[in-house]
Amino acid sequence: MGFAQSLYFTGAEVGLSLSGLVLLLVTAWTSHKAARAITVLAVAALFGAAIFTGVALWETSPVADAFGGLYRVDAFGSFAKVLIYLATIACLIVTPRFFAERGAYRGEYPVLMLFSAVGAGMMVSATDLMTLYIGLEMSSLSSYIFASFLKGDWRSNEAGLKYFILGALASGIILYGMSLVYGFAGTTNYAGIRVAFEASFPTGALFGMVFVLAGLAFKIAAVPFHMWTPDVYEGAPTPVTAFFASAPKVAAVGMLMRIAFGPFGGEAEAWRQIVIFASLASIVVGALGAIGQQNLKRLLAYSSINNIGFLLIGLAAATPAGAAGVAIYLAIYVPMTLGSFVALLMLRDREGRPLETFADISGLATTRPALAWCLMLLMFSLAGIPPLFGFWAKFVVFQAAVEADLVALAAIGIAASVIGAFYYIKFIKTMFFDDSARAPEERSPAGHWAVLALCVLAISPLAYLATPWLGAVADRAAASLFLFS
Amino acid sequence: MGFPILSVMLAVPLAAAIVCLFLKAPAARMLALAATLADLALGIVLWANYDIGGAQWQFTERADLFAGFQYALGIDGIALMLIVLSVFLMPICILASWEAIDKRVGEYMAAFLLMETLMIGVFCAQDLFLFYIMFEAGLIPMYLIIGVWGGANRIYASYKFFLYTLLGSVLMLIAMLWMVNVAGATSIPALMQYDFAPEAQTWLWLAFFASFAVKMPMWPAHTWLPDAHVQAPTAGSVILAGVLLKMGGYGFIRFSLPMFPEASAQFMWLIFGLSMAAVVITSLIALVQHDMKKLIAYSSVAHMAIVTAGLFAFNVQGLEGAMVMMLSHGLVSGALFLCVGVIYDRLHTREIDRYGGLSINMPMYALFFMVFTMASIGLPGTSGFVAEFISLVGVYEASSLATLVLTTGIILGAAYMLYLYWRVAFGVQKNADAAAMRDLTGREWLMLAPIAAAVLWMGVYPESFLAPIRKDIAALNARLARAAPAGDAKLAAGEPRSYPANAIAHEAAAAGEAE
Repeated sequence: MGFAQSLYFTGAEVGLSLSGLVLLLVTAWTSHKAARAITVLAVAALFGAAIFTGVALWETSPVADAFGGLYRVDAFGSFAKVLIYLATIACLIVTPRFFAERGAYRGEYPVLMLFSAVGAGMMVSATDLMTLYIGLEMSSLSSYIFASFLKGDWRSNEAGLKYFILGALASGIILYGMSLVYGFAGTTNYAGIRVAFEASFPTGALFGMVFVLAGLAFKIAAVPFHMWTPDVYEGAPTPVTAFFASAPKVAAVGMLMRIAFGPFGGEAEAWRQIVIFASLASIVVGALGAIGQQNLKRLLAYSSINNIGFLLIGLAAATPAGAAGVAIYLAIYVPMTLGSFVALLMLRDREGRPLETFADISGLATTRPALAWCLMLLMFSLAGIPPLFGFWAKFVVFQAAVEADLVALAAIGIAASVIGAFYYIKFIKTMFFDDSARAPEERSPAGHWAVLALCVLAISPLAYLATPWLGAVADRAAASLFLFS
Repeated sequence: MGFPILSVMLAVPLAAAIVCLFLKAPAARMLALAATLADLALGIVLWANYDIGGAQWQFTERADLFAGFQYALGIDGIALMLIVLSVFLMPICILASWEAIDKRVGEYMAAFLLMETLMIGVFCAQDLFLFYIMFEAGLIPMYLIIGVWGGANRIYASYKFFLYTLLGSVLMLIAMLWMVNVAGATSIPALMQYDFAPEAQTWLWLAFFASFAVKMPMWPAHTWLPDAHVQAPTAGSVILAGVLLKMGGYGFIRFSLPMFPEASAQFMWLIFGLSMAAVVITSLIALVQHDMKKLIAYSSVAHMAIVTAGLFAFNVQGLEGAMVMMLSHGLVSGALFLCVGVIYDRLHTREIDRYGGLSINMPMYALFFMVFTMASIGLPGTSGFVAEFISLVGVYEASSLATLVLTTGIILGAAYMLYLYWRVAFGVQKNADAAAMRDLTGREWLMLAPIAAAVLWMGVYPESFLAPIRKDIAALNARLARAAPAGDAKLAAGEPRSYPANAIAHEAAAAGEAE
């Protein structure tokens, strides 16, 4: 395999890194006023990367290793990367206004977003523990900075610090697990680990695997490693929270899938019980924890924990159908969560202060009907009520679980989803049934509306027409995960 | 049949719903009425073109639009009757909301029209998951209708309605996924012919039962119904009682019985037990209500119990009676809620004691109210009599004890309905404001007269409604025959006597000696 070909396979990452470096230089020599222009350029770079990667989704995508097995190009990687790039673009579109009004917008923000996207792309494409770790840290380090990007706001600083300390702890756990895995397998290459573990799987290796999975559970905010989520989501500036809930989460889930079906693919029976526990615990804790919340960002944080639980049901199935279910779930989850956060961003009173609690949004249906209807559709979709498309996400993972004979898991999970429905409909009740309390800002920028409209379109019943295509793409993505030798 | 009439029936209210969102109040009302009338016209065309005794599934349509399930529509006689009931009640609901709803009219009409699409969709879906989507989606507009336009305690009622019914249905989804995985088909007609293993049927039946028993509602899962009814606006109650409750009965007749016959037979005791308890308990509760809507809501639970008992009687009479009961109850309880709505609009209270002697100042109203009261009791000549009689005949073949208990429901039903009618329409005019209420307006005539005509038509000539369903009921009964439990009321033929029964004793004795 030639070096040139390897570079071609990693074209998206290379292109994004180069644009990031160039834009970094531009930022260094221009004033803050150029930040918006840099954002536009960063969006353009991400868009280019998404198209470069996305072409693979339409044809039979090749499976090829680059750089001697450090990195793999396949349908799954392309699928996850397109989602990551699109989510990052959406976040970049809605971010500048929020920071600019607080006088805190800098050109570093879009540049860091680019690096974060590169790291996230590496996480889902890595086929070697070293590449994986570098991607993970690249994405995480950018995230720590984002969380504390509002330097003057103590909540933002606190969120950044919490995220950094707990994130570093999780990275340490992953690294420790990796060293154990390396010690017992004698290689950091996924294929090599799979071969070595299929020959023998000693207890030490099991420990290593459990540590790696625990660290990853932290990154995806699955119970019992979810404690940081509500605090960080609440404290971080809202556009940053929107980002945390979308792109890095896709990357972390993608990485988890690749590891679970790749190097640990032969040990599915060993990790399945961990995943089942994490899944049910996330569904229940995510649902119960959200009930008492008054802050909408905290509520959505618990909602994301809840959703991760449903995602993990697909992983627990440990079948290609389950993996495809997870891929479809991700594709639906990203617009749902992005749409909800963008709508939150658009909720401000006339002085521009954000409306963040239930009391603030009561009676929104009379003051901002269009926004309230969009939020209503998003909430019903998150609750998984048909005919909204969020139902389809749950449908495919539960179908995979039932086909894998995990009927009890599916039944308990779906019964617990009713608890979650309670706070989603509480959201709707506050907007539609209560009298209006505060007068929100009357107009929102077109960019926000565009992102929100696209997200709502993606979760509307019309999206069912896309199910054949989405299903086929997800099947190809899942199949490529299982090609592992 | 090239014209996709079912798709058009789904599309007309859906399109009108979307347009209504953007219209001002008067235009939204007119559009909603026009759309529901158009759907009624289509429904009549559907009925007229339905080939009685023809193919089991007619007007079928099918398109491979989605992954994992199909857009497949089609109706048999049972679905036809329920669709006709839905489209018949919808324009009446719009008329009932004409003046009563004055805030956010466009959204209200949109919710109702969406509801109509989903109801028709439930009855004509031929794909398991399409059915589920339509079935569940109905929660959204109903939640909004109760929550936004309901009474004082609407929020509690809307939560209760939503969470109860959602919890009931999600387990059904898992059962459906399992069935599709085993049978390898999502088509309802195919699954109706598939024989699941009897052990699996038990679990599947229970999962479906959880959903339909809540929807029906069966005692003791009925408690959401009185709350939802009381808090919903009049038209919401009409649609809830008239059509939404029928989805539970439709579910039993379409899924539980034909797909799991063995399990249905196994759980017959459960259904009968709950039905008997429901009839007696809810009738007694209805007897002591002070709130008119609550009283009618509890009477709905009692009537639905007769439906469930009839469905699980495993014979043609029981099934036919249950179907007629569903149609009759849809009309009668809908009309009773409209009657309550008429006086509620004038006095803004549902308290029975605030009224009295209405037959003096509102004679026409009292007449209509009496027709529907009698139909609810089951007076011969009204639809209620046909319904109760046929279903109880069916139940008697299966269990005479159950029939005995269920029949007390009719007596208690007469008690609480006549007591209600007496307190509202007869007696002295206690309150000046109630005595000053004017009689029915032209709009209210338009609402009540068609239902009264339908109730009498069904009571005098039920054949019109029985003919389309006869063949489907017979097919269902044939499928159930292999599992039908032996009834305790079947007469056993003994040895005939050798002498006439009226023979005088000594002559008989002499005849015996002579031999």
